[in-house]
Amino acid sequence: MTNLLLLQALNGLQFGILLFLVAAGLTLVFGIMDFINLAHGVLYMVGAYLLATFVGVTGSFWLGLVIALPVALAFGLVLEFLIFRRLYDRSHLDQVLATFGLIMIVNEGVKIIWGAAPLSVPMPELLSGSVPLVGPLQYPVYRIAIIAAGLLTALGLYLMIGHTRIGMLLRAGASNGAMVSALGVNIRRLFMIVFGFGAMLAGFAGAMVAPILSVDPGMGESVLILTFVVIVIGGIGSIRGAFIAAILVGLVDTLGRTFGPILLRMVLEPSAASQTGRTLAPMLIYILMAAILFFRPAGLFGRKS
Amino acid sequence: MIALAPRTRLLAAALLFVLFALLPFLATALDDHFIVITATRVMVFAIAALSLDLILGYGALVSFGHAAYLGIGAYTVAVLSSNGVSDLGLQMLGAVLASAAFAAVTGAISLRTKGVYFIMITLAFGQMAFFFFVSLSSYGGDDGFTLQARSTLAGMALLEDDRVFFYVTLAALVLLFLFANALIGSRFGRVLTGTRENPLRMQAVGFTPFRYQLTAYVISGCMAGIAGVLLANQTEFVSPAFMTWHRSGELIVMVILGGIGTLVGGILGAAAFLMLEEWLAIFSEHWKLGMGALLILVVLFTRGGLTGLLRRFLGGRA
Repeated sequence: MTNLLLLQALNGLQFGILLFLVAAGLTLVFGIMDFINLAHGVLYMVGAYLLATFVGVTGSFWLGLVIALPVALAFGLVLEFLIFRRLYDRSHLDQVLATFGLIMIVNEGVKIIWGAAPLSVPMPELLSGSVPLVGPLQYPVYRIAIIAAGLLTALGLYLMIGHTRIGMLLRAGASNGAMVSALGVNIRRLFMIVFGFGAMLAGFAGAMVAPILSVDPGMGESVLILTFVVIVIGGIGSIRGAFIAAILVGLVDTLGRTFGPILLRMVLEPSAASQTGRTLAPMLIYILMAAILFFRPAGLFGRKS
Repeated sequence: MIALAPRTRLLAAALLFVLFALLPFLATALDDHFIVITATRVMVFAIAALSLDLILGYGALVSFGHAAYLGIGAYTVAVLSSNGVSDLGLQMLGAVLASAAFAAVTGAISLRTKGVYFIMITLAFGQMAFFFFVSLSSYGGDDGFTLQARSTLAGMALLEDDRVFFYVTLAALVLLFLFANALIGSRFGRVLTGTRENPLRMQAVGFTPFRYQLTAYVISGCMAGIAGVLLANQTEFVSPAFMTWHRSGELIVMVILGGIGTLVGGILGAAAFLMLEEWLAIFSEHWKLGMGALLILVVLFTRGGLTGLLRRFLGGRA
């Protein structure tokens, strides 16, 4: 039981870290540009497909990753240049519609280029295998690597936003974009940097999960919705909020699916417990979100508007 | 936002309804039964789009989870008919009650938030409903649930005839349109519109925006629930696929495409969207590519949707 708890907690942590990588870019785009981007999940999916392709071409996971990241960045910048920069001044509704259209295009485009069948990416040699945790318990190295990479990224973001000049501009842009612009900062270029960076983070997250999940055209969407939940819980624009909310959502979702039915068995008969558990588990994070927003309408770390 | 004069709105709607009513005769003339089926589907989604326009256009509440009510309505039919209640009227009543309950709870929480938060929390509630029905294994779960037969009217299986069902759907659309139209013209509608323009001022005048917004949200959910009842009858099948977030997005697209805040626009938009879907699908299985591109172009280059285009085309008189 304790072993299972530890194992699932680690899985939840890993899932949360992944959500954080996608959410970090999205929350910055929301917070700084007040831009609602439904197509963010698409960047995650494209990251995974790019990795699958370049690993196939080069035969090496690492080389593939090194090529896939700048290409994901370039893809994000092209989208920004072609579509998004025309939408910054529009209403949220227009942004929702245009990015919804973009999802349709990219999802269909991916199906045309790579086919609808799921692709798989081989695990890199260096990170395959498991390490012993406690007693007989083993945990895959690759998942530990994802956790480590995510934590490093979080640390990097924290340092960048809190302690560099560009981070200072980002924070200033988030609280008052017009003023920053008036002080002579090229806010459009700042937007582009944020956007490209967010695209690369999402692409990185997609690339990281490619070896443990199947790469398919629908993969961006499940993550997108969860990412929304994460940034809403965390408070839009707050990286710290996104981090805490991502871990929370990852843990609640993973642990809820395993332990929900087990806990329910204490009060219900087994068959009813497993049915109720299966029904409740996927709804758990939405209930969590509703509860948090009920008490804090702007999320955990959001500013009151 | 384009405002249509109430009289123009009624006139345009009357024209549309007459056109709809004539379609079965066209189908007979062309010997193409498919027209009746497609038109019924269009009208079902027109009801859903109309209900969304009520809160989106007049309350500025961007609900991204509106397809949930389609699903709730559809599953009400499945649950009631497999428990022996096959009367359409009773099923609609059930759907209205279920939708109202869901809308009241989720609306009360969602309306505490604003703007982007509201969009995303409604999306999340929509997903919550979706997952609930996915895991409802006694009704087929992910695979959906095939209905034994269509609902009955006054104990008779009248709806099995596609034409009768067509006119029942048309009647529902007309009645709900008239209801929405009256609602918008009433004091309630004026307060709602005022809240859209400036909630702070409405508060200063002495209204509580929350109450009006929640009421509108619940009413809109109930109307979409009725659309769900009709949708289940049209397909004779219910599935969680009715309530994916894509569907919610498509409903928003219909409203925008037709012209937001016009009521007629929702009907026009639903027709345009579904016809476009059918038409693009003829050319390629990858029709979503064209639809997506079209959406982006519409957002970037037109304002006011189809109604707006029509209006400009007619020199501002339509």
